[in-house]
Amino acid sequence: MTRFLIHRALIAVLVAITVSVIGFSLLRLSGDLATELAGDTAKPEQIAQVAHLYGLDRPLYAQYFDWAGKALHGDLGRSLFSNEPVSLLIGQRIGVTVQVSFMALIFGLVISIPLGVLAATRPNSWVDRMALSFAVFGQAVPGFWLGLILIIVFGVMLRWLPISGSDHFSNFILPMVTLGMSVMPAFMRLTRTGMLDALDSDYIRMARAKGLSTSSILFKHALRNAILPVVSLTAVSLGFLLGGSVIVESVFALNGIGFLAYQSILRTDFPVVQSIVVFVSVAYIALTLISDLVNAYLDPRIRLG
Amino acid sequence: MTRTPYFSGNEKPILEVEGLTVDIDVPAGKLHAVSDVDLHVGRGETLCIVGESGCGKTMTALGVMGLTPRRATIGARRLVLEGQDLLAMSKAERSALRGDRMAMIFQDPMTSLNPVYTVGNQMEEIYRHHGKGGHREARERAEYLLEKVGITAAKGRLGQYPHQLSGGLRQRVMIAMTLMCEPALIIADEPTTALDVTIQAQILRLLADLQKEYRMALVLITHDLGVVARMADRVIVMYAGQVVETGTAEEVFTAPMHPYTQGLLDCIPIPGKTLRGAKLGSIPGIVPSLIGDLTGCQFGNRCSYAFAACAAAPVALRKHGKGRGCRCLLDTAPASASVHAKPVGAAP
Repeated sequence: MTRFLIHRALIAVLVAITVSVIGFSLLRLSGDLATELAGDTAKPEQIAQVAHLYGLDRPLYAQYFDWAGKALHGDLGRSLFSNEPVSLLIGQRIGVTVQVSFMALIFGLVISIPLGVLAATRPNSWVDRMALSFAVFGQAVPGFWLGLILIIVFGVMLRWLPISGSDHFSNFILPMVTLGMSVMPAFMRLTRTGMLDALDSDYIRMARAKGLSTSSILFKHALRNAILPVVSLTAVSLGFLLGGSVIVESVFALNGIGFLAYQSILRTDFPVVQSIVVFVSVAYIALTLISDLVNAYLDPRIRLG
Repeated sequence: MTRTPYFSGNEKPILEVEGLTVDIDVPAGKLHAVSDVDLHVGRGETLCIVGESGCGKTMTALGVMGLTPRRATIGARRLVLEGQDLLAMSKAERSALRGDRMAMIFQDPMTSLNPVYTVGNQMEEIYRHHGKGGHREARERAEYLLEKVGITAAKGRLGQYPHQLSGGLRQRVMIAMTLMCEPALIIADEPTTALDVTIQAQILRLLADLQKEYRMALVLITHDLGVVARMADRVIVMYAGQVVETGTAEEVFTAPMHPYTQGLLDCIPIPGKTLRGAKLGSIPGIVPSLIGDLTGCQFGNRCSYAFAACAAAPVALRKHGKGRGCRCLLDTAPASASVHAKPVGAAP
């Protein structure tokens, strides 16, 4: 188990380093940052001046090591737009993003897992078909559209919930549903498929031959096996929610890091964009590591190799 | 073959089955997986159900256990375990008997144990579920039974997961698991087919010993006549969902009545008698489709004795004394023109 842990952690660190190199390089390759910062009317010597000011004239590797060295000490640089420390900007907004992501994830899981189990116990029944239709709907509907429809129905017409802001818990309900619907279909399908496989297996036939109760067969014997891929997907989905809520945060004017990333890209605020990319990637990698550990806990074949 | 059955015949059988039928809905119609099977097993008796793949032996077992797949419909005139009428029971009542009074050992020990729970967990749950005792008693019994089935360091094994055990060990675990509640009836479906030959013999010996010790009724399903010869008190030969011949092991081996049974026996080489390089017997043709209604003898298309009457109407299983039966029109008049080495109906 310890070896497994060290092995996985080592891989996670290597992946994090690789991602930061790629993220850093891609931003530099996306265009000449100095030209964009200096503006349309800038003369070549002004561009050169800007490049020198931000160190953009130095070799790429030197820029990287300089930035990475500072980042490791918690210094992510300053925003070119507001001159505030990037870590402060992210720190102010991360709470909102984390809260809405977790709420959406839990919403998605709470709906999809029971629905997947139910669908798998009655394949091709009307329950199964309804569940699959619901999943197709969730998969097909774009988040910004669903968000707007929810705003119109629950915010404007029924006036049950606020439509924008991030001060109160009720502000998070509509974004939670919107984002939750985007992750729900995959959870539902994976649970259903996993349960169908498990229920068809020899060990379930054995469990039935032992005369165990239906709930023990479903939840102890089948679900534990069926849930393994869902656990992996949960981590990936949370990473996706943390980094991918840009549009939903914009629609509901939630002041999270997705919204910050969107604004910073428009302002060519590269220190902020760069930091968000790496920050989200590291979160993603950490979540993957956690899912590996949870899977190892659930599946002795991984744990004991 | 010289084993004497413990079953006296006066004692009531543990399991009585009459007219068991299992039909499965398939796109092409109704598949008659098991048609009108009768069987009974007494305390301490071993009944072997023998036949080739797809002949309905496993479905018969699953039908008795109440574990047939969702698409299957099951019918029987009589289904009685230890004097209790299973047909009159609710689903929950039958479920309560499974694992407790009747248990089943499956063919593939590699996949029949749940990979995510320890051996101990899976053994103990059956004991506790059937209300035999608490956590501690369950653990003690599991450990005792693991030792009983010949597993050394039983205590340590309880904490291990199935993937850490070999196939032979897993089958021993499965056998120990079925013994947790001391069932009256054990159905073993090809328990040694997935194992190495050397392990097969050990597992069969173990089953025979345990059966003797606990005086259980054992239904052993196999396609291997060697296993039948070693284990059976009585034999049921199945073909295409029907019982084609029944009798004691001795009767069936020394005086097979049905052409299919004779064909099966011809397929076995006898050391010292069958010459090296000599041709072994084989049964030509293929098993008929089981979809749709029966028209004649199921074996007719492969039988070298077949004549017009065989195809005219379904053939009934006729009794030839106590426990002896054969589903063949020729059973009363042994075919004198037999090409088989063993004459039909000859005395042992």
